[in-house]
Amino acid sequence: MAETGRLTAPAAAGGWAALPLSRRVLLLRVFIIAGLVVIWEAVAASGLLFRDVVPSLVTVGQALVNILTVADYKANIFGTEIMIPEFFRHLWVTAYEVLTAMLIGGLAGLTVGLALGSNPFLSGAFERFLYYLGPTPKIIFFPLMIMWFGVGPGSKIAMGTLSCFFPVVLSAAAGVRQIDKVLIRVGRSFRVNTWQMVTKIYLPAMREPIVNGVRLGLGVAVIGTLLAETKLSNQGLGYLIINAYTIFEMPRMYALLILLFGVSIAANALVGRASRAK
Amino acid sequence: MAAQSHGGNRFIWQQAVPVLFGIACLFAVVVLLEILIRFGFINRFIVPTPLDIVGSFGRIIVDEHVGSRFLLTFGEALGATALLTVFGISFGVLLHRVRLIRLATETWIAAVASAPLVLMYPLFLVIFGRSALTIIMMGFVSALPPVILKTLEGLSSTRPVLINVGRSFKLTPSQLYWKILFPAALPTIFVGVRLGMIFALINIVGVEFLINFGGLGQLVNELSERYDLPGTYAAICFVILVSVVFFIVTERIEKWLRPGA
Repeated sequence: MAETGRLTAPAAAGGWAALPLSRRVLLLRVFIIAGLVVIWEAVAASGLLFRDVVPSLVTVGQALVNILTVADYKANIFGTEIMIPEFFRHLWVTAYEVLTAMLIGGLAGLTVGLALGSNPFLSGAFERFLYYLGPTPKIIFFPLMIMWFGVGPGSKIAMGTLSCFFPVVLSAAAGVRQIDKVLIRVGRSFRVNTWQMVTKIYLPAMREPIVNGVRLGLGVAVIGTLLAETKLSNQGLGYLIINAYTIFEMPRMYALLILLFGVSIAANALVGRASRAK
Repeated sequence: MAAQSHGGNRFIWQQAVPVLFGIACLFAVVVLLEILIRFGFINRFIVPTPLDIVGSFGRIIVDEHVGSRFLLTFGEALGATALLTVFGISFGVLLHRVRLIRLATETWIAAVASAPLVLMYPLFLVIFGRSALTIIMMGFVSALPPVILKTLEGLSSTRPVLINVGRSFKLTPSQLYWKILFPAALPTIFVGVRLGMIFALINIVGVEFLINFGGLGQLVNELSERYDLPGTYAAICFVILVSVVFFIVTERIEKWLRPGA
């Protein structure tokens, strides 16, 4: 018996150590997730918090399935009326607002960034204002956006635009300054015009900083748009979340937050992958 | 000497002219706005004149108790920063010490950093109620990932020669941490704490505005709901001023900690 014990203990210890690193990482991840699920369910069952504040994960899962499968909205897609889950209508509204904001804010940021980065005088005159305005909390401008653009999607697009403009402009300006001077001299020696300089030299040479700026801009545009929707709106994912809170449908709120985080992380990863693609 | 002085003057001139031009342009925009609003080209019920905004500064400072509101927001930011520093750095150190945990969770933390965590504020409202604790916890949670990741980066990028020197002196693991790794990583850790502080301040003012509770964020919300336009604009200017000063002060501290950066 003693012999058996002596042989088993090192074998068990060596068992974990002998596993490949990737397998151990995977197992640890499974343990962490399982641990979190157990803690969550224990808190849900304990009654330590008010009832329904921490609902069972089964209820959250059911809410998630309901949100994605219950077709309760009649949508007109290319002239055909079909029933879809209402979540997708709100997702479309938010996506439209964020993409429009990215288009306006991104293009404006890129143009201003190119001008500042390629002209030291303009950079010295205006870049410090943008640099210091960048980290201010943009949501405080929302009352002004409502006054200027109304309570509809316009004010949410404006919030997203304002949020994403700053990271894009600062990244673009820094990107222009880090371009190899040889490339610029080659362009000048070929007597290319300004448009050709921008499209043939600047933009290809500063792809990485631009994508990084867009990535940062996308993150803050999503936050700006969604926060504006939670404050004053009747459509969009932000509205859905604050509405679930208002009527105290906690499983639905958790499910919506999970979906929102999933979509945001996927969008960010997609832009990140685009930056690494050759 | 004369040539050096001439070069110095030219350097100051090259630096000063763009700055003065920028300030002059800003001033010109303000004057142009004043004229356009006064002559009715811009509706004064949507954009008040800059002079009205300047005039309402005194009113919001005295009547709206900007000083105490500022202290409240500052206190919340300080509370969030204290939590960030303790938990963010501790978790970063843990990830550095235990490679397996790092490999298992680093990508998760990076993914969480890209998620709009501030949207969890309704959840925090349910758990902590409509109180300063909700605002502090929101600031803390949304600013935690950069502190963890920067702590990890700082500890991982310590020069191997420094660690080898420590080992040659037969330092214990604890001594190696406190005498070599931590001091070497401190500048990068501070970058993370600074980023965290900025994120926390942004989220704290944002949540104050959204839940209409607390300091400066609530002030903007209240004034806009009262349709006090000059007051709203003045309060926004005040929040911008506070965040710019906060940003400059933390930037100076960072430069002091990282003189070569």
